[in-house]
Amino acid sequence: MPKVTIDGTSVEVPEGTSILNAAKLVGVRIPTLCHMEDIHAIGACRVCVVEVEGAKTLAASCVMPVFDGMKISTHTKRVREARRTVVELLLSEHNGDCQVCDRNNDCELQALAHELDIKSIRFEGVKTAAGLDTSTPGVVRDNGKCIKCRRCVAVCGQIQSVGALFPQFRGFKTVIGPAFGADLETVACVQCGQCAAVCPVGAISEKSHISEVWKALDDKSKTVVVQVAPAVRASLGECFGMEPGTLVTGKMVAALRRLGFSAVFDTNFTADLTIIEEGHELLHRLTLAVKDKKPVALPQFTSCSPGWIRYMEYFYPEMLPYLSSCKSPQQMFGALAKTYWAGKVGKKAEDIVVVSVMPCHAKKSESERPEMNDSGVRDVDVALTTRELGRMIKEAGIDFTMLPEEGMDSLMGASTGAADIFANSGGVMEAALRTVWEVVTGRELPFLNLHVPPLMGLSGIKQAEATLTGTLPAWSFLEGVTVKVAVASSLSNAKVLVDKIKTGEVSYHFVEIMTCPGGCIGGGGQPRKTTNEIRQKRINAIYREDEGKKLRKSHENPEVLKIYAEFLGEPLGKVSHHLLHTEYGARQRV
Amino acid sequence: MKNELLQKEIDKAMALLPEPVVRYIQDCAKKKNPNSHLISVLHKVQEHFGFLAREHMDAVSVLMQIPAAKVTGVASFYHFFNFTPRGKHRVSLCMGTACFVKGAGKVLDKLQDLLGIKVGETSADGLFSIDVARCVGACALAPVMIVDEKVYAGVKPDQLVKILGEYGFNPKKAKK
Repeated sequence: MPKVTIDGTSVEVPEGTSILNAAKLVGVRIPTLCHMEDIHAIGACRVCVVEVEGAKTLAASCVMPVFDGMKISTHTKRVREARRTVVELLLSEHNGDCQVCDRNNDCELQALAHELDIKSIRFEGVKTAAGLDTSTPGVVRDNGKCIKCRRCVAVCGQIQSVGALFPQFRGFKTVIGPAFGADLETVACVQCGQCAAVCPVGAISEKSHISEVWKALDDKSKTVVVQVAPAVRASLGECFGMEPGTLVTGKMVAALRRLGFSAVFDTNFTADLTIIEEGHELLHRLTLAVKDKKPVALPQFTSCSPGWIRYMEYFYPEMLPYLSSCKSPQQMFGALAKTYWAGKVGKKAEDIVVVSVMPCHAKKSESERPEMNDSGVRDVDVALTTRELGRMIKEAGIDFTMLPEEGMDSLMGASTGAADIFANSGGVMEAALRTVWEVVTGRELPFLNLHVPPLMGLSGIKQAEATLTGTLPAWSFLEGVTVKVAVASSLSNAKVLVDKIKTGEVSYHFVEIMTCPGGCIGGGGQPRKTTNEIRQKRINAIYREDEGKKLRKSHENPEVLKIYAEFLGEPLGKVSHHLLHTEYGARQRV
Repeated sequence: MKNELLQKEIDKAMALLPEPVVRYIQDCAKKKNPNSHLISVLHKVQEHFGFLAREHMDAVSVLMQIPAAKVTGVASFYHFFNFTPRGKHRVSLCMGTACFVKGAGKVLDKLQDLLGIKVGETSADGLFSIDVARCVGACALAPVMIVDEKVYAGVKPDQLVKILGEYGFNPKKAKK
């Protein structure tokens, strides 16, 4: 193993280690800008340059591998001046508008300029032309703020296998964007927002819908209710400087109430409902396949993640019949709030405004889908990201960390631990298994603490199988059947899995796909920035939330039982079909 | 399980591109790194049509299964590729050091003015397009201008009307 000296400290590292990573081992922090750990190291920005003894030029430490006997200095005069020049040049063409920028105080370029103690910019020149692209429902791009670090290109191409963004043209005229620098709307963008999640500056963000929410809250003729996705409770605290992985469910409810929402509800409630509907849909498909020996679309794919839905519509339209027909929990909630809850409180659907808080950009796009109006009006009026909610709480002057813990409102606020874990990759599958297993066998899922360990954690593709034994009489045809399930997060992993399923290389009964790496806890709308370490902390927090609940199986949710008794009738019934299920259609790619 | 939409796109793309190019793409697909042949595919497309139209690049994107953003990104990176139809006569001006020092910049200004277009564009009558070359290796003849295959040496701005006249230059039509 090569032995190197970094700023006077010796360290032995494995062959091929970059200078940047070797430096971390001896506690030397080298500043970076374009770099993304494990994903993107191309030495584009030159901020991470260091001096290597004997080398003529400075080396970009993120890409330069160490060699035996290498002597590295990370903050000599030459290095400091080079870094300063690089950042000053970036700033000289950066159309920043810091005070009114979406990323003010949350910008990696701003932070870097501060860190390098840059007090003036020696260079004056042409600014990058501002080019605002607001063509899509969820993602806004501003080329004037882009510093061409290509992080978005890496996540869109490598992590998501979408490839909507790529550098166009050359030199100063380079723009990062779709073909010919056109608007996003013209290409197959799935609206996952991973580009926005990794953008170091204000060049890619969510389309803000904060003003729509304030307007609704100020309108006394409207009843404004809010639903919050499971992943938000494990990340919202980060907007207020709390440690990643801090659970803030109670404070979040208190904050929403103080913002003026008439009722604070939980997307968890409809997550539990999703399990009932989607679980029965799976059992229905299994019945057709195993008992009736009929051709049926298996595996069944989950349908909670709207980026994944768009991906299927664009890239695998022939596989659409395999998707569960269940709407996502967000859309189920909207449809029920404006029918079931409206009836309970004696309001008309058109007087209710449903706001949702999601870790997601694609949820904005989903809420705008023309078919999502089964309540008679648009089911979900506004979808905010976690970051947008953070901003609203700050604007309202609410001291988040000092808030008391409060509980969700009743009728659509109760949830079980099974709903919490919808936030994690593998969670929807685990939640479904907890219910389906019990329906079929009458016994609890026979794994430790109701978890399915092979489906937990950050690996991109996971699988598990279990053989059904001791089935109840109604399900005896499933006796001895080995249920095979798979889970993938990030669309590149989804693509690998779907391609293998298509060729018959692997076969499953049920497959969960989440668009974003690690699941919704790593969603495009979550507080920046999300690393694997932060993903894992949020995942742990969600499992803690689940384990802390008395009820951990969706079919035990008392409000779900109540809504079936009073309103929906039975799973997959007529009302369910109308309000909770949907259809998909192929999308033209170019 | 067949993606019919994709099949339609493929059929359309195959109809758009000349048969030898389609065959070339199919051959590339069998090689170790099919995507690495993108530039040579684009070369062949431009060779055939004289330029790369949006629809041709879309077709390449579909047939090679490379995102359109990457195809246009690569094409727009290299000066060799152009996106508008070339004129009947290609006027190429050398902008190498020697030619530039000897006044090629002024020749270019005049040329652009006469034809009412910029480098890389085509005159309104479709007769001329302007390219700039880096050193063509004939520095003794600077400034050098090449029209189609013919080399003009020591070109001065006031000779341009006469030279272009050999190819049917009409000031009114060119700028229309």
